[in-house]
Formats: sequence, structure tokens, C-alpha cells
Amino acid sequence: MPDIEYILGHMNYWLFTVLMMTGLYIVVAKGNLIKKIVGLNLFQTAVFMFYISLGKVTGGTAPIFPVDMEIDPSVAYSNPLPHVLILTAIVVGIATTSLGLALIVRIREEYETIEEDEILKIETDLVHVENKILGEAMGGRA
Amino acid sequence: MATEHVHVARTLMDHLPVLVVLVPFLAAPLTVLLGSQRLAWPIAFVSSLVSFLISIKLLMQVIDGGVISYHIGGWAPPLGIEYRIDAANAFVLLLVSAIGTIVMPYTVQSIKSEISERHHTLFYTMYLLCFTGLLGVVATGDAFNVFVFLEISSLSTYVLVAMGAKADKRALTAAYDYLIMGTIGATFFVIGIGFLYAGTGTLNMADIAAHISTNGADRTIETAFAFIVVGMGLKVAIYPLHLWLPNAYTYAPSAVTSFLAATATKVAIYVLLRFMFSVFQPDFLFEINALRWIMIPLALVAMFAASLIAVFQSDLKRMLAYSSIAQIGYILLGIGLLSATGLSGAIVHLFNHGITKAALFMGVGALVLRSGSSFYARIEGMGKVMPWTSFAIVIAGLSLIGVPGTAGFISKWVLVQAALEQGWWPIALAVVASSLLAIIYVWRVIEVLYMAQPADPTRREAPLSMLIPLWIMALSTIWFGLDTDMTMSAARAAADGLLNGFSIGGTSVGH
Amino acid sequence: MDTNTAILLTMVIPAAASVGNLLLRNHANLRDGMTLGAAVATFLTVLVILSNVGNGTTAPLVLFEVFPGLDIAFNVEPLGLMFAIIASGLWILTHIYGVGYMRGNNEDNHTRFFASFALAIAAVMGLAFSANMFTLFLFYEMLTLSTYPLVAHKGTPEAISGARTYLGILMGTSIALLLVAVIWTYTIAGTLDFTTGGILRGHIAGPMVALLLGLYAFGIGKAALMPFHRWLPAAMVAPTPVSALLHAVAVVKAGVFTMLKVGIYIFGIDFLAETGASEWLMWLAAYSIIAASIVAMTKDNLKARLAYSTISQLSYITLGMALATSMGALGGGLHIAMHAMGKITLFMCAGSIYVATHKTNISQMNGLGRIMPITYGAFLIGALSIIGLPPLGGSWSKWLLMVGAADAGQQVMIAVLMLSSLLNVAYLLSIVGRGFFWPAASDAEPVKIAESPVLVWLPPALTAFGCLVLFFYATDIRDFLMPIVGGTP
Repeated sequence: MPDIEYILGHMNYWLFTVLMMTGLYIVVAKGNLIKKIVGLNLFQTAVFMFYISLGKVTGGTAPIFPVDMEIDPSVAYSNPLPHVLILTAIVVGIATTSLGLALIVRIREEYETIEEDEILKIETDLVHVENKILGEAMGGRA
Repeated sequence: MATEHVHVARTLMDHLPVLVVLVPFLAAPLTVLLGSQRLAWPIAFVSSLVSFLISIKLLMQVIDGGVISYHIGGWAPPLGIEYRIDAANAFVLLLVSAIGTIVMPYTVQSIKSEISERHHTLFYTMYLLCFTGLLGVVATGDAFNVFVFLEISSLSTYVLVAMGAKADKRALTAAYDYLIMGTIGATFFVIGIGFLYAGTGTLNMADIAAHISTNGADRTIETAFAFIVVGMGLKVAIYPLHLWLPNAYTYAPSAVTSFLAATATKVAIYVLLRFMFSVFQPDFLFEINALRWIMIPLALVAMFAASLIAVFQSDLKRMLAYSSIAQIGYILLGIGLLSATGLSGAIVHLFNHGITKAALFMGVGALVLRSGSSFYARIEGMGKVMPWTSFAIVIAGLSLIGVPGTAGFISKWVLVQAALEQGWWPIALAVVASSLLAIIYVWRVIEVLYMAQPADPTRREAPLSMLIPLWIMALSTIWFGLDTDMTMSAARAAADGLLNGFSIGGTSVGH
Repeated sequence: MDTNTAILLTMVIPAAASVGNLLLRNHANLRDGMTLGAAVATFLTVLVILSNVGNGTTAPLVLFEVFPGLDIAFNVEPLGLMFAIIASGLWILTHIYGVGYMRGNNEDNHTRFFASFALAIAAVMGLAFSANMFTLFLFYEMLTLSTYPLVAHKGTPEAISGARTYLGILMGTSIALLLVAVIWTYTIAGTLDFTTGGILRGHIAGPMVALLLGLYAFGIGKAALMPFHRWLPAAMVAPTPVSALLHAVAVVKAGVFTMLKVGIYIFGIDFLAETGASEWLMWLAAYSIIAASIVAMTKDNLKARLAYSTISQLSYITLGMALATSMGALGGGLHIAMHAMGKITLFMCAGSIYVATHKTNISQMNGLGRIMPITYGAFLIGALSIIGLPPLGGSWSKWLLMVGAADAGQQVMIAVLMLSSLLNVAYLLSIVGRGFFWPAASDAEPVKIAESPVLVWLPPALTAFGCLVLFFYATDIRDFLMPIVGGTP
């Protein structure tokens, strides 16, 4: 039975989990393509937070060398590596978002909607038409 | 048996592990900067050819069990990024770069009809980026680097798939769905790496492995394992996570599909293998025996369900996409057997299925070029008007079934042998039974191609620039079905290397 | 000529002829002449091997090493050499007949037809000279694939569905059962080389032997053992030269040849006899013999009747192997030759009747014998050889099989063979009887000799003569085959 201190002590993980699940839920549940991208962003951001909180050392300061390069061993520094990694991940995230939005623009041009169910209906109709034409040409073999 | 060459940068030859990735990576922006449609293809072709030659050279160096460790910028691992070439990834590098190079001449005519004119230059840029990403994922020995390269290849793949929109607007939604699924997968993967980092304090794969083997696995590492397997499972299209694949393969331009089908999922499988066997190591896998009881059933379901769906398709391209899901099932089965034979079966099938599917999708592209669609109704009787294309499809189709004398047979043989070695009769029978479904779906295509009158007898054979790559692939399915010296010895070396983990080379890391 | 070169040539010549057919598709006479030349050349090459090796066994010629200890390799041994002689010799006659038939009957797609035909022969040659089960399996599948276009030749819905059954059963059984059997053998024995006396001794025991034999017996679908015989009647939609090829020259003979090879060189006759693993197979073969004969009697379509007759006769050979005695195996081997000669005669005659009159049903063929005396004469001789009456070749193989059954102490099997002969009389001679003695459908027409074209009736006449000749050389063939069971003549 974890006590309250344990729960609070892992606050960053709780927040990460809640944020991540919220994002994932939006991606799955929302029919609007843009909202899906927003959900995806939340989801990714949660992961960024997770990484950054990993690098935090209690009482640690920013990992920057003093100007005189003399390091005081009593000073604790936070781990810089996760931050650096997340810089890369943020760039990837932005690229993904912009590509996703660009695709939505093109989808809007072609389908004249960005609602998933309407797109699905258009595509189902397309398949029906295809099957009707090409199925008959197959002589019933399709 | 293995010796590790610790990198001391002197000559160009020493830089091969990074050059294989760097050449296409630098060529990609070059095509955009020059902005010339005429120059884009030669640049892309030459750079992929260079990567291909380097891959051959690298495989030669490591096929006897050696390992090349290359330190980026001279920073020694585990702090610096390490590129680590052993038999397993040299083999996959060769597959990726060979397919990438051979598909190149094919693209010229193929994209003319399937991609709008103004995108041609960008097509080559994206192609090169995707190529770079795939090679990078394979070459690197750094866990986070895998994620970065994975995203480079994925993002360019989404664009490439979306370029099919000229022929069918559904390419856009296919690309969008792929983007959502792919990003979720990649993010899962990166969460897994985060947990690994939290558990071990390092990102170098060899170092993580060393840490796990000395300190054992705790719950953080088990969580990492779960996230990585699920994340990669999405990219691999393991059965219930395969939903993005059929549409993406169907609506992408044919040249893209030929390239992706042969490489993208295969690279993802490689990553899965690398993490499962090298990073987490077999002891860990045996400990969580559940993996075997999850992976094998899923593989079996994929082999039968996807094959059955393939039987009922009426579009050749879509049929092949479902067949890919089924064939991935074979590979997972080989992995799930957790034995040296099973693993080498999986690796050799990864290669054999790669060349087989590349040939088939190239054939489809040639048919689409002349008939405008890959629906069975549209390609009826094409055996008469396009005999070369159709016959190459037949050869590759036979390899898909696993007829003796073709590459597909070799991998099925090894898989059945692996199952029998462990006395798993039902598995062996399942492999052959699923081949029977393959006979049905391949034979439907052959009947469509040959047993009907062509709708338009005036259609011509595909141009030589498509036929030659197609036939190189088709003939190599036969060649690798007879002469298995290269493929099997590489697969065995790779399997041994993976099963031994990094334990051999692990000591010299950090020079 | 070097024997190894000759072995390769027997495969390369037909394969080259196949490609040549495609290249010469616009020059019909040149194309057919070239193929005839290739057929003769193949036959002569096989004869060169015969004169070089006699009934000895050569060391394997390795082309590729596919897996450790598993090569694509060829060698010469008596059974395979005999099969190669039969197949290449009959290819010459079948080709002549095929040219006559295809032209006389105005069939389409001659090029595809002859190209696939030549490729099938190449596969048969590879099969005959295979030095191990792996190589044999390779060519076994190649044979299935190369004959598929022949069965589907007409392109009609019936032809396509017949070809589907053909391919489905042959590939299905070979991949689902035979492949498993082969890999199993390799896993336990570590080799697949054909070795006199077998390779399985000491690696497997008990009921597993019978199970493995079952995988082989049913996996070799080409041997048409019931219940996997459906493909043979289904393949009857093909043009008659194909039926001749399927039944007499290549496909079914490849099946029973494989069956014998497995029995003799993988299991070993003695091993089978010791374990008694083949006893069930013997009973199944006996059942196949009788049941297929009875079904044959009910068929009115001539080719369908002959097809069921083939199923019955093939089981003779399987029976010979399953008896697990030297005489039985020899009888089976001899029956490959005898049945090939007899059955090809019958099929060519059926085709000859079809070309001349376009009749396929036996009930329509009353009185035809008086109009086509040569065809019907040849048919009579072929039928008598199948029945097993002296002085025709078929009598010897049946005799040897009976001796084999007696050696094995299976008197019931002698009775089965006798009963089968009686059934043969009933379903084969009735056709001849109708032809010669029943009144023609329309009595008004005066009886006038109207044979089919010479290219169509000459080959069956020659093979009928061959049945007669084989009677006098049967002992030589038996002595020739003796080494396969480890004996000396």
C-alpha cells in the first residue's frame, strides 16, 4: 500500500501519465483531423515532460560551467542529457505536426471536409463504385 | 571468434560506417538546392549506389563475426554516439541499399505517370531522406539515435505515400493515418528509451546491455521493454497493429511501395531484433516467457487471417499488402521460436521476402503504368500483351508461395526446420498450411494475367528502365533460392551475433 | 561425352528448346522441327549416359550447396536412368503426335504449348537424375508448374477449373505433406542423399515410421494414391497429347518414380520390411487398385475411363514398393516402363479417334474400329499389355509383382492383382469390342476406312509395337534394375 508521500514523490510520473493518456484519448476519440493532431501534440509533450523531469536532480542547478572553469564539487547539477535529447524530439514533433497539418490542408482540398466520419463515408462510397464497375468486369469472379 | 576494430580515424575506409548514411543524407538537400529536375535523379542514383557499394564492403568486413565500432566525431562511447556494424546490421544495410539502388532506375518512368510533374525533384529528396533514415536506424549503436533516424525515415515516408494523391485522393488519408499511427509508435518507442535511460543511465546500446546483464532487470526495464516492443510493433505491422499498412501500400506510388515494402518494415523488424536480443538479451527474454506465448499466437493469426483476407482481394496491390502482413507473421514466428535456427530463418526471410515483394510491387507498377490500375478486372490478360512483366510477377509470386528453387522456399525450409528441431509439430504444419493460402492468392493473379483475353490488345510492354530492375529482382529471387551461400551464412552469423548479445565486444567500449 | 556433362545436357537441351520455342513463335515449321531435333538429341544424350554408366551408380555432381550437407546434385542410378530413357524416348513420339494433333485439331497457342511441354521434359530429366530428395523435390514442383499451362491450355472455364484442381492437389499435397516429410527426414537423418538401403535406419522407430511413410505416400500427389487422385480426371480437359504426357511420360511416372525412390533409397526395402511400416500402404494401394478399376467401368468418357485406369495401375507400383520385397520393388520399377508404353498407346488412340471423329464418349464409338483399323488395332495391343497378357510387356511386371507378393507372404495381394486384371478386361476390351463388332450408329453409311492424319496414327502404332518388343526384353530391364535392391543380375 503506497503511502501519500510515495504518490507525491512521484508526482512527475503521475502528471506525465495523465497528460499522455489525455493526448492518446483525443487522438483515438476525436473525429476532427486537426483535433487529432492536437491530441498527438499533447501526447508527445507529455513524453518531453517525462524526459525533462528525469534529468532533474533534487537541488541541482543548471549544468553550466562557471566562467573560471573551477567546479565546486559541493554544487549539484541537473543532468543535461535528457534536455538535449528533448530538443531533438521537439524538432521531430514540430516536423510531424506541420506535415500533419499540411496533409489536412490537402485532404480538405480533395474531400472538402476534415471530419473523419464524413471522409470515411466518401471513401466507402468510392469502394462501392469501384466494386460495382470492376466486380462486373471480372465476370463475378471478384 | 570476434575481434573488435576500435576506430582510429585515418583513411576514408575507416569512415565507411558513417559514410553509408552520410552520402545520401548530404545528397538529399543537394537535390533541393540545385532545384534541377534533370540533376535530381543522377544525384540520387549515384549516392544510393555509393551507399550500396559501401554496404557490400562493410558486410565483407564483418561476415566472419567481426564488429566495427565507429565513434562519431571521435567521442568515445558510451558518452559519444557509436555506429556499430556487425553481421546482422551489415546484412540489413545491404538489403536496404540494394533495394534502394535497384528501385532507382525504375522510378524514372513510374513516377512520370503516378506523381505530378512539379513534385518530381522533391520525390528524390524524400526518397533519399527515407533511404538515409533507414540506413541510419540500422547502422547506429545509440538508442536515441535510432529514434531520430526512425523519424527521419517515417516523416519522409508519409510524404512519399501522400504523393500518390495524383492517382487516388485516398493516398492523403492513408498518409494521414500512417502519420498518426507511426507517430504513436515512435513516441511509444521513445518512452521506452526514456525508461531504459532512467533504469541504466546510458543510451549506448552495448552499455545498456552490459548494465542489464550485470545488474539484472528491474521493473523499469521491463516497462521499457514493453513500450519498445509495442512501439516497434506498430512500425513492423505486427498483426493487430497493422491497420495503417494496407492503405499506405495500396495508394502510395508504385515505386514507393516497392521500396517501402522491401525495406521499411524489415528495418523495423531489425530494430525489434536488436533490442530484444542484443539489448535485453535472451536470458531476459526467457525470463519473461510470456513473450513467446504472445508473439507466436499473433504471428500465427497474421499468417492465416491476413492470407485469408488477401485471397478475397480484387486489387493486386492491396492483395500484396495483406500478403506482406502475413509474411511478417513468418518472420515473427522465427523470432518467437527463440532459437538460433529460428532466428536465422527470420533474418533470411526478412531478406528473401524483401526482394520478393520488391519484385512484385515493381511488376504491379509496370502494370499500372500501362493499364492505369491494379484491379484484377483491369489487368486481365496482361500476360499476352506484357509477357515480360507478367512472367516476372509469376516468378516472384512463386517465391511468395515458397516453391522450391526460389528464395521464399529457403526461408520456409529454415522456419519449418526450426519448428521441428524443437518438436513443435503444429507450428511446422501451420507454416506449410499458410503457404497453401498463398498458393490460392497467387494463383488468382496468375489466372487473371493469363487465362483471360486482354481488354486492350494494343497495350505495349513496360519500358526497359522498369523491366531491367524488375528482372534483376525476379532473377535474384531464383538465384538466392539456389545459391544460399551469401544469405544463409550472413543470416547465421547475424543470428549468432544477436544471440550472443554485445558480450563479446562489450569490453573494449570506451577506448 | 563426359557423363556429368551429359546429365546437364539432358536438362539444358529441353530447357533451351523451350526458350527456342518462344523465340521461333512465328515460324511454326522451324519451331516444331527444332523441338523434334531437341527431343532426339535428348534421347541420344541419355543413351550416351547409358553406354557410359550401364547400370552402375555415379558419384553426385554438385551444382549448389543450399544448406550444409544438402546440395542440388545429380547422379546416375539404374531406376532414374530407366525413367530418363522412357521419358526422353517417348518425348520424340509424343512430340510428333502433338504436332499432328494440334494442327489436325486447330488448337491455339502452339508456342506456349510446346514450350511448356519441353520445360516439363527438362523437369523430368532433372527429377530422374536427382542425387538427393531435395533436388528431386525441386524438380517435382517444377514439373507441376510447367504442366499447369498445358492443363489449362484451352482457357475455357472447365479447363481453368480443371487446372485449378490439378494444381491445388499437386501443390497442396507436396507442400503440406511432402515438404514436411522431407524436412523431417533431414532433421533426423542429417542427410537426404539417395543411398542404397536407405538413410533412416537407426534414426526413427515405431509408429513414427508409418507416419513418415504416410506423409511421403500422400505427399507425392502425382502417384495419385486415393484419396488424392482427383487431379488426374480433372486434368482430362487438356488436349490429348498432354494427357499422354501426364499419364505415360512425365507426371504420374514422376510420382511413382518418387515413391519408389523414397521406398528404396530413403527408407530402404529391408527397413520397411522389418518395421512393417508399409503394410497399411499396401492395403491402401490394393484398395486404390480395385476401387479405381470399378470407377473406370462406370465412365463413358473415354479419357476419363483411361484416367481411372491409370490411377489403378499406378497403385500397382506403390503396391510393389509397399510389399517391401526385392521382387515387389523390381516389379514396380518394371511396371513404370510397361505401363508407360501401354498407356501412351491408349491415350494416343483416344486422341486419334477425337481428331478423326470428334467423339469423346465410348457409347458413341460403336463400329468405329472398322473405320479406323490401325488406331483400334494399336488400342487393342495397348489394352492387352495393360491387362497383362503375354506376349506383351505388361505381363512381366504383373508377374514380378505377384512373385513379390508371394515373397512377402501376402496371398491376398495376388488375388487383388488377378481381380484387377479381370476388371481391366471388362473396361478396356469392351471399348475394342464396341469398335469392331457393334453396329455403327447409322447403318446407312457404307464402311469406309477413314483414319486420322498420319502423324496422329503412326506414333500409337509404334508404341503398340513397343509393347510387343518389351515383352522380349523384360528380363534385361529387370537385370538392369537389379542393383537398386542391392542384388546382382
